[in-house]
Amino acid sequence: MTIVTSEFSRTRRLMLKSAGVAALIGLGVIPLGVPQALAAANDKYPEDAFKQKNEADAIKALYGKTPEPSDKVKMDAPEIAENGAVVPISATTTLSDVTSISFLVTENPVTLVASYRIPAGTLPSVANRIKMAKTSNVTVVVEAGGKLYSAAKEIKVTVGGCGG
Amino acid sequence: MASSIRVRATSTGDTTEVQALIQHPMDSGFVKDAKGEIIPPHFIQELTFEYDGKAVFVADWGGGISKDPYVKFAFKGGNKGDEIKIGWVDNKGTSDATTTKIQ
Amino acid sequence: MRTRPAIRFAPLALALAALVLAALVLAAPTARAADTPDPVADAKAFQKFYTQKFPKVKFEDFVNGPYSMNEDMHRQWEEKEQFPPYEFALEAGKEMFSKPFKNGKTYADCFPNGGIGIRQNYPYFDEKEGKVVTLELALNRCREANGEAPVSYVKDEMASLTAYMAFTSRGKPMDIKIPNDPRALQAYENGKRYFYTRRGQLNFSCATCHVQSPGERIRAEILAPALGILNAMPIYRSEWSGMGTTSRRFTTCNSQIRGVPLNPQDDEYRDLEYYLSYVSNGLPISGPGARP
Repeated sequence: MTIVTSEFSRTRRLMLKSAGVAALIGLGVIPLGVPQALAAANDKYPEDAFKQKNEADAIKALYGKTPEPSDKVKMDAPEIAENGAVVPISATTTLSDVTSISFLVTENPVTLVASYRIPAGTLPSVANRIKMAKTSNVTVVVEAGGKLYSAAKEIKVTVGGCGG
Repeated sequence: MASSIRVRATSTGDTTEVQALIQHPMDSGFVKDAKGEIIPPHFIQELTFEYDGKAVFVADWGGGISKDPYVKFAFKGGNKGDEIKIGWVDNKGTSDATTTKIQ
Repeated sequence: MRTRPAIRFAPLALALAALVLAALVLAAPTARAADTPDPVADAKAFQKFYTQKFPKVKFEDFVNGPYSMNEDMHRQWEEKEQFPPYEFALEAGKEMFSKPFKNGKTYADCFPNGGIGIRQNYPYFDEKEGKVVTLELALNRCREANGEAPVSYVKDEMASLTAYMAFTSRGKPMDIKIPNDPRALQAYENGKRYFYTRRGQLNFSCATCHVQSPGERIRAEILAPALGILNAMPIYRSEWSGMGTTSRRFTTCNSQIRGVPLNPQDDEYRDLEYYLSYVSNGLPISGPGARP
């Protein structure tokens, strides 16, 4: 059994939260779920990981470990994106004790696109729509039982045609 | 509906599937406008879904998520009529929240 | 070298010409039809062309443009249709449609059946005006008739309003009528001629891409068939990261083939929309739609 040590500090970003709440109140909207929802989340927003240009660095910043490729991580993605601005991609896994699923695009200026926290009871499956700057490998990283697993697929992105 | 969040939660058997579409520019900060000036980054950073007082799904997003972002996930539990709370905060500190009932 | 005066051959040439003409008149009924527009035959031939070229595509699917032509793209489209990108414009359109003008009237007052479930009847030939009236044109006219400034034809409000109106007609078959009026027939023919005429630096006609090459690529993009091409309007294009109307597509397409676009709702565009919609009669309205 591996013990997962969290790399993230547990300081709440109070300034951000209160600014957000203040903004909402200013708009006349009562932020019902926001403070509780933010408090319910266990980890801080991985600001550092979202600054990395390099995939290995982003994964390191996010998880502190390196993934091993696994055929238990499945990606559903197009061969050729119809448009690089909106590429629908989903990932799922048969691994158990999944705590996180992340999407990285090697050729994007910021390689980390999204990281999803999967609490116990939530299925290890997520679908989203991402931006791809150009043809690139897209990597899905799954944190399960304290270890990291990954799968990658190349998605072609083309420019030119009726689109200009 | 003044909220930027559109959400559908459907209960099938012992699982609830949630889909959300949010109106947000999700500017990455890497794109230039017609004048050649960078459009400043403006994107949702954290999106949280809460059921029964607990977070059932949290998305940490960067500018690489598409404009008017979409996400789909599912969790065990949830009954028709139960409420799910959804809230997001972006890099400018703006936020929005809404609730929906599981269908 | 002595030139033979052509005049000596005149009687012979004349006789020959008369013979040829007679042969043509007698031999080819189609030659006669070419002089009289026959929209019914056109539509039939148009639809047959596509159903024969793509026997595996279900008839109603042609309205999905490039998605009906390519499996990989179809899957991406299906994924996005679960929660489509035009959702916001559609909602905005519904709100705008019911919001009264400054004078208290609403869009519903300008349209049959309050504007609900009528999109499939547009464009129509207005016999009083003697011209084709499109839905976009009718909407701006409604605004002006009620003291409001017209809106841009290519996006924003016009896209939202037409998105809502299209949505109320979803599933209904396109139902364009050509009244028994020579001017209507002429408008139809004008539209047809525009469709098949080459233009721009690239020297493409609409047909070059959408009749000759549907399902094939123009550089990186898959081309849509012309059959049903307006049924999904208005569309959210990933390329535009937003909504666009029929006017937007006509003008941008003209620019893309390096031609000078006309103004939205110029006669040629109205007639083109009339022709294209008519030959797609019977196909379901699918708007608002999403495209690459």
